[in-house]
Amino acid sequence: LELALEILPQVLVDGIVLGFMYALIALGYTMVYGVLEFINFAHSEIFVLGAFVGVEVMLLLESAGLLGALHPAVVLLLVICTGMMLSGLAAVALERIAYRPVLGGPRLVALISAIGASFFLQDALRLFESLWRNTFYLNYPTFEAFERTVPLGQNLIVPIKSLIVTGTALATLAGLYLFVHRTKLGIAIRAVAQDPDTASLMGVPVKRVIALTFFVGGALGGLAGVLFGIHYSLVNPYSGFIPGMKAFTAAVLGGIGNIPGAMLGGMMLGLLEAFAASYLSLMTDGAFGAEYKDVVAFLVLILILIFRPRGLLGETVRESKA
Amino acid sequence: MSGAPAIWGLCGYIAASCLLAYFFPQSVLAFLAFQAALLLLYYVAAPRKIKIFLGALLLLILLPVLGMANGYYLEVSIQIGIYVALALGLNIVVGFVGLLNLGFVAFYAIGAYLWAIFGSPQANQFIPGGWFPLSPNWFFVFLLLSIAVGALTGALLGLPVLRLRGDYLAIVTLGFAEVVRALVNNLDKPINLTNGPRGISPISKPPLFFEPLLEYAGLEVPAAQLYPLYFYFLILVMVGIIIIVTRRLESSRVGRAWKAIREDETAAAAMGVPVVRMKLLGFAVGASFASAVGVLFSAKQVFINPESFTFMESIGVLAMVILGGMGSIPGAILGATGVTILNLQLLKGLSLWLNGLRQSGAELVIPFLGSYSLSQLPAQFEPAKYERMVFGLILIVMMIFRPQGVLPPTQTRDQ
Repeated sequence: LELALEILPQVLVDGIVLGFMYALIALGYTMVYGVLEFINFAHSEIFVLGAFVGVEVMLLLESAGLLGALHPAVVLLLVICTGMMLSGLAAVALERIAYRPVLGGPRLVALISAIGASFFLQDALRLFESLWRNTFYLNYPTFEAFERTVPLGQNLIVPIKSLIVTGTALATLAGLYLFVHRTKLGIAIRAVAQDPDTASLMGVPVKRVIALTFFVGGALGGLAGVLFGIHYSLVNPYSGFIPGMKAFTAAVLGGIGNIPGAMLGGMMLGLLEAFAASYLSLMTDGAFGAEYKDVVAFLVLILILIFRPRGLLGETVRESKA
Repeated sequence: MSGAPAIWGLCGYIAASCLLAYFFPQSVLAFLAFQAALLLLYYVAAPRKIKIFLGALLLLILLPVLGMANGYYLEVSIQIGIYVALALGLNIVVGFVGLLNLGFVAFYAIGAYLWAIFGSPQANQFIPGGWFPLSPNWFFVFLLLSIAVGALTGALLGLPVLRLRGDYLAIVTLGFAEVVRALVNNLDKPINLTNGPRGISPISKPPLFFEPLLEYAGLEVPAAQLYPLYFYFLILVMVGIIIIVTRRLESSRVGRAWKAIREDETAAAAMGVPVVRMKLLGFAVGASFASAVGVLFSAKQVFINPESFTFMESIGVLAMVILGGMGSIPGAILGATGVTILNLQLLKGLSLWLNGLRQSGAELVIPFLGSYSLSQLPAQFEPAKYERMVFGLILIVMMIFRPQGVLPPTQTRDQ
C-alpha cells in the first residue's frame, strides 16, 4: 500500500495527460456523430496525420537550423497550427470524397466506407513517408526546451511535455466551449445536430455546417496528434488505431454526440487506464500487468454499451432512422 | 455466351490454360488464366450437369495435378479455400442478417487456438500427466468440437450485444476481437495457456486415415506433396459443406427470417419473427464456420501466434464479402478468391517485377521531364506491403459506386 501511495501522484499526472489526449480525439468522433449520426472510423488516421505533420514541421525546422534559434513557444505554436490546419483540411476532404456520396444510403454503407478510408489513409501515409524519408517510423527531434522537468513535490517530477499537453488541451477545450455556445457557427452546428431538416428550413446551410464540423473535429484530432507526438516521441502510420478506439470508447462513455460528455469520458478513461497500468500488477501480485490496460478499456466500452448505451451524460438520442 | 459453341470454347480454354499453367509453372499469369476458367464456367450458359462435371474436373483432378507440378499452386488454392470459408461465414452475419461484425477473426482465432493448444505439447503446461500432444486422430473430434465452441462463443457475445444498433454493434465486436487477441497475446502467465506472442508449435497435422487406401490403389504420393494435397481436399470438402449448409439455410424459414430482419427489423418483429433468437442464430452459425476453419488453419500452419489474428484479417474478410456482394453465396466465393489472388499473386508478383526492374537498373524515359533510373526506385515501394491501401480502396470504391457488390444476390421467389 505504501508503494501504491507513493506512485499515486505520478499515476494521476499520467492519467490526466492521457485523459486530455483522449478527450481531444473523442471530440472529433462525438461532433461528427452529433451532426451525421455516423462513426467517423477514419478519425484515428486524422489524428495520426496531425502527429506526422508535427514531426515533419519539427524536422524541417531542424534541418533549416531554426529549431534552436526560435523561441520554444514559437516552435510549439507553429507545430500546433500547421498540424491542426492540415488535419482539419484532411477531414474535410475525407468527408467530401468518401462520405458525402454514401451518406444518403444505409448506415452500414457509410461505416464500411469510413473503415476503408481509415485503412487507405494508413498506407497512404506510410507510402508517402517511405518515399520521402525512407522510413515510416519517425521520431520527434529532441527539443531541449520540451525535455526539461519540473519538480512539483517529493515523489512527483512533471516533464514540461505533460504541462504543455495539459495547458494546450485546457485552452482548446475552453475555446471550443465558447465557439460552440457563443458564436453563430457554433449555434449552427448545434442546430444541425438537433435536427438537420428544421435547421435547413431555418436557413442553416447544412452541408457547409457538416464540413465545418469535420474541420473542427479534424483540427482537434490533429492537435491531439501533435501533442501525442511531442509526448511520446515515436509515431508510425498505424499508431492511431488503439488511441482512436479508446477515444471512441471515451465518446461513448460520455454519451456520444455530447460535447462535455466527450471531455468527461476522455478524462475518466485516461485516469482508469493509468490506474490499470500501474495498479493491476500490484493488485494481482504481478499475475496481470500493464499489458491488460487495453483489455480494461475495451471491457469498459462493452459494459457501457450493454448497461448504459447512452453514456453517462447521454441525452435523448434520436430514434434510429434504420 | 450460350449454347454448345460456348461450352466447346470453354473446354478449349480450360485445356489451353492447363497446358499454360503446366508448362510455365513459374508464371503467375498462367495460373491466373487457369483460375479464370472457373469464373468463365460460372458465367457460361450450359446445362447444369455439364457445368458440375467441368467444375469437378477442374477442382478435383486438374488443379491437384498442376499442384503436384508446382506446390505453390496448391498453397494458393488452400489459402483461397480458407478465405472462401471465412467469407461464407461472415456473409451469413453481414449479408443475411445485416449485422456488421468487425471482430470475425476472433472466432477464427478461438478455433485455431483450440486445436493448437491441445494438438501440441502446449497443454502439458497446465494439465499434468503428459497426455499432449493428442494423437492426430483427435483432429476430427476437435473439428466438430470447434463448431460447438464457436457457436457457443458467438452466442455468448451475441446475447448481450445484439440489442445494440448497427454501428455500435460493429464497434463492440471490434473491441471483443481486440480483447481476444490481447488475451491470447498475454495468457502466457500466470498460467501458460497460449505461450503469448511466441506462439505455439509444433501443432499436429490431421491423421492420414486413407494411407492404406493409397497403398492398396498403388498410388505413391511423395511425402512433401501428400499434406498439401490432403489439406487441399480437406478445405475443398469443408467449403462444399459450408456452401450446402448456407444454401439450405438461406432458403429455409431461418434464412427468410434473417432477410426480413435485415430489411426492416421492426417490421420483422411485428410479423412475429423472433428477432433476437434469429440474430443469435446467425451470429452463432457464422462463428462456428470461422472456428472450424481456424482448426484447419492451425493444423496446416503447424505454428500459430497472435499475429495471424489481427483486425486486418477481419477487414480483409469483410472486403471479400463486400466486393462479391453482401448476401450472395457466389459473391462471397468470388470476393474471397479475388482478394486472395490479388494479395498472394498480383501484389507479390508486382513486387517481384518491380524488384527485378530495380536490379536491372533500366532507365525510364519520360518525355519532356528527362529520364529516371529505375534503380533509384525506393526500396520501400513494394505493392505487397500496401494491402491495407488495396482493401481500403476496395471498400470505399465499392460503397460509392456499387454497394451491392460484383455478384449481388438474385431475387428469388421467396423474397
